[in-house]
Amino acid sequence: MTATAISATPDAHSSTMDRARALGRLKFADASFFWMTIGSALIVLILLAGVAVSLFMGAWPAFREFGLGFLVSDAWSPPREKFGAATAIYGTLVTSVIAMLIAVPVGLGVAVFLTELCWIPLRRPIGVAIELLAGIPSIIYGIWGVYYFRPVMQEYIQPFLISTLGNVPLVGFLFQGPPFGYGVLTAGLVLAVMVLPFITAISRDVFDTVPPVLKEAAYGVGCTTFEVVGNVILPYTRVGVIGGVMLALGRALGETMAVTFVIGNATKIQSSILAQGTTISAMIANQFADADPGLFTSSLLALGFILFVLTFLVLAAARWMLARMELKA
Amino acid sequence: MANPLYAGRRRRNAIWTTLAYAATAFGLAWLVLILAALIWKGLEGMSLDLFTKSTAPPGVVGGLLNSIVGSLIQTGIGLAIGAPLGILAGTYLAEYGRNSRLATVVRFINDILLSAPSIVVGLFIYELLVVPVGHFSALAGGVALAVIGAPIMVRTTEDMLNLVPNQLREAASALGMPQSLVIRHVAYKAVRAGLVTGVLLAIARMTGETAPLIFTALGNSLFTVNPTGPMSSLPLIIYEFARSPYAEQQKLAWAGALLLTFAVLVLSISARALSAQTQQR
Amino acid sequence: MTDHTTAQKPALSSNSAKEKISIRGLNFYYGQTRALKEVNLGLNEGEVTAFIGPSGCGKSTLLRILNRMYDLYPGQRAEGEVLLDGENILSKSLDLNLLRSRVGMVFQKPTPFPMSIYDNIAFGIRLYEKLPKSEMDGRVESALKRSAIWNEVKDKLQASGLSLSGGQQQRLCIARTVAIKPEVILFDEPCSALDPISTAKIEELIDELASDYTIAIVTHNMQQAARVSRYTAFMYLGEMVEFNLTDSIFTAPRDKRTQDYVTGRFG
Repeated sequence: MTATAISATPDAHSSTMDRARALGRLKFADASFFWMTIGSALIVLILLAGVAVSLFMGAWPAFREFGLGFLVSDAWSPPREKFGAATAIYGTLVTSVIAMLIAVPVGLGVAVFLTELCWIPLRRPIGVAIELLAGIPSIIYGIWGVYYFRPVMQEYIQPFLISTLGNVPLVGFLFQGPPFGYGVLTAGLVLAVMVLPFITAISRDVFDTVPPVLKEAAYGVGCTTFEVVGNVILPYTRVGVIGGVMLALGRALGETMAVTFVIGNATKIQSSILAQGTTISAMIANQFADADPGLFTSSLLALGFILFVLTFLVLAAARWMLARMELKA
Repeated sequence: MANPLYAGRRRRNAIWTTLAYAATAFGLAWLVLILAALIWKGLEGMSLDLFTKSTAPPGVVGGLLNSIVGSLIQTGIGLAIGAPLGILAGTYLAEYGRNSRLATVVRFINDILLSAPSIVVGLFIYELLVVPVGHFSALAGGVALAVIGAPIMVRTTEDMLNLVPNQLREAASALGMPQSLVIRHVAYKAVRAGLVTGVLLAIARMTGETAPLIFTALGNSLFTVNPTGPMSSLPLIIYEFARSPYAEQQKLAWAGALLLTFAVLVLSISARALSAQTQQR
Repeated sequence: MTDHTTAQKPALSSNSAKEKISIRGLNFYYGQTRALKEVNLGLNEGEVTAFIGPSGCGKSTLLRILNRMYDLYPGQRAEGEVLLDGENILSKSLDLNLLRSRVGMVFQKPTPFPMSIYDNIAFGIRLYEKLPKSEMDGRVESALKRSAIWNEVKDKLQASGLSLSGGQQQRLCIARTVAIKPEVILFDEPCSALDPISTAKIEELIDELASDYTIAIVTHNMQQAARVSRYTAFMYLGEMVEFNLTDSIFTAPRDKRTQDYVTGRFG
């Protein structure tokens, strides 16, 4: 045995001094690393604050000129320097609502299918495929929308809607006008296809947090699949599902590329959802490069600021709900 | 069996189950249609010229070389800035901050940044790096991509470091190892694959972003590697050519779309494979 | 104070061993909860002291004070005095890393680092000493030999530490601790995750290490305490109930609670 080589006792004191020195040399590196991490964490905060502050400063001339009226005015006239956000806000909200109306039920349906109905060996592959689709760049949905979906809208769906729903009292006004293919409804539908995999992926994750014993207990007393979903899974995961939906809504509100190709970019509010319109992000993407410095640019930055505030509120609510869900899980 | 209540329950179950199947068929159908169109149109535009020539005016045979290189450069810049930032901030959250108030706030803000509209990020960097300098640049584009990518790495780094058992940290500390060494040499090593996962996911996201580049990198029809000037990239060229009236340019847009999707899918699939590996251990 | 300490300290007429660690009036808190109450105790240099008692009695807590492991977690604090060679290690100004280089610890579950067997050992040494490769090889070898694992790993030093069996991993962790030449080694239930054969090897190893190090071991296994230690402390509900020569604790306990515990009536 080489015990003597290892034994500490004889020169314990001097070796303690050596060690203290060695550790002293590491102190600076140790402290620097800590400060680097905390600095990076602070930069994350500064980034968000920077977004808010820089947009607000850029938007200030427009806010000063138009005041709160900016929010409700539907004017958008660069030559006359009259700007208002209403058209863009309206388009943003309507396209997002259309997208959520379709993507939420379908997305939840797919999630239920994946967690309860799907043949088990297929669950993972389909689940993975959907998660991968959620990561596809939005411009792909945009280019597909304009080349494939818009013609279908123009040729079949819009004429069909105009001839049927267009004549129904009360809601008919939503479905009138010539079928251009481009329009608010088209944009909403492309958005729906885009957020669908996203909603499915989140809801499936949330559904998976239901303890198996709970489901087994329900199946054990003879519940049908539908009853288990309705009475156990959805009540248990309600907060998480709503959080996931809000997260998807945050995406839809801020999405640029899936929308700008197909919405038509018309800067006025029309009652028909078949008509062309615009959204905040589409408007910025289309006009920012050509905008004169001054009120025009400032108004676009003001739109950006409004979008930022809107999505911040939605995302903050979403995160708060998802965090509550995590506490439960 | 003749119990009418039971029959009603079964009927309702059948209806809702059918609806779930229908939703799946409907949802997957769209996604299959998109991928099919992408592959069909994209392959049509594939040629060697794509990788050897830069974009050209209508009528001249062009390729996407300048855009591919531009995407690589700008994603590279985004990664060079975003990766250290994201990994270090994630490290703070998991190792130093934990439940402190600062960490809670940073975590929340990071989650917001994670899904903030990318066009807004583009506007921010425009105000920050384009207006003061006076012209568009690939550097500004890269910084915008860093702002998009960093939050992803913050999140995955924190999640992965949380998988490191505390016992391992204790064991390292028990040797008298200063905390930064415990983190860098023990914790990072234990979840290396997971950290790479986060980086790959961030690259995938940065590669596909268009909106933040419109007012930062702007685009450029010429081949350039100069980061201080405007530069093309795949998403930007798709955005431009997809709206072009010329068939040649539309073809290039589709080819670019296929390339871009392929790149993003390869990145996310590798990320997934790696993270499965980490979580098994 | 002095009287109190001598009362706790059994008569050791034949033994002139020096007290390496002296614990006086030690209290420990997890937030508001008091986990140790007025503990007084001395650990003799070059001897093994075992801590026994039912789960939650504070024995692991006590051990984790001796290298200030609790400092990693907010809300935990110790009051009183713990002297290592006369220096109070609870002092705020103490260099924790230096303390931990002097007071090593081996954990319940083997915790090899995610690196090669060689680096598992060399990593700790490199913290304190810059050695040429040949000398480092010698240090790694002697640490592995000292921990009775050399023969099993000498041909695969570059293999991952995680590739070893549980018992081997634990001996690797002991080697890692020994390699940086601590003065005290703390064992926190080192065998509870191991099979009987590995346990026997570790116990034998502790026995051998006792000649050079001051050793404290927490165990829930009374036979183990009886086998490896010279002194045993019985703890119950955060209190040091009885501290004596191991033989006395097991054959002639003075306190009723100690007697109940060692005879298996509770715990």
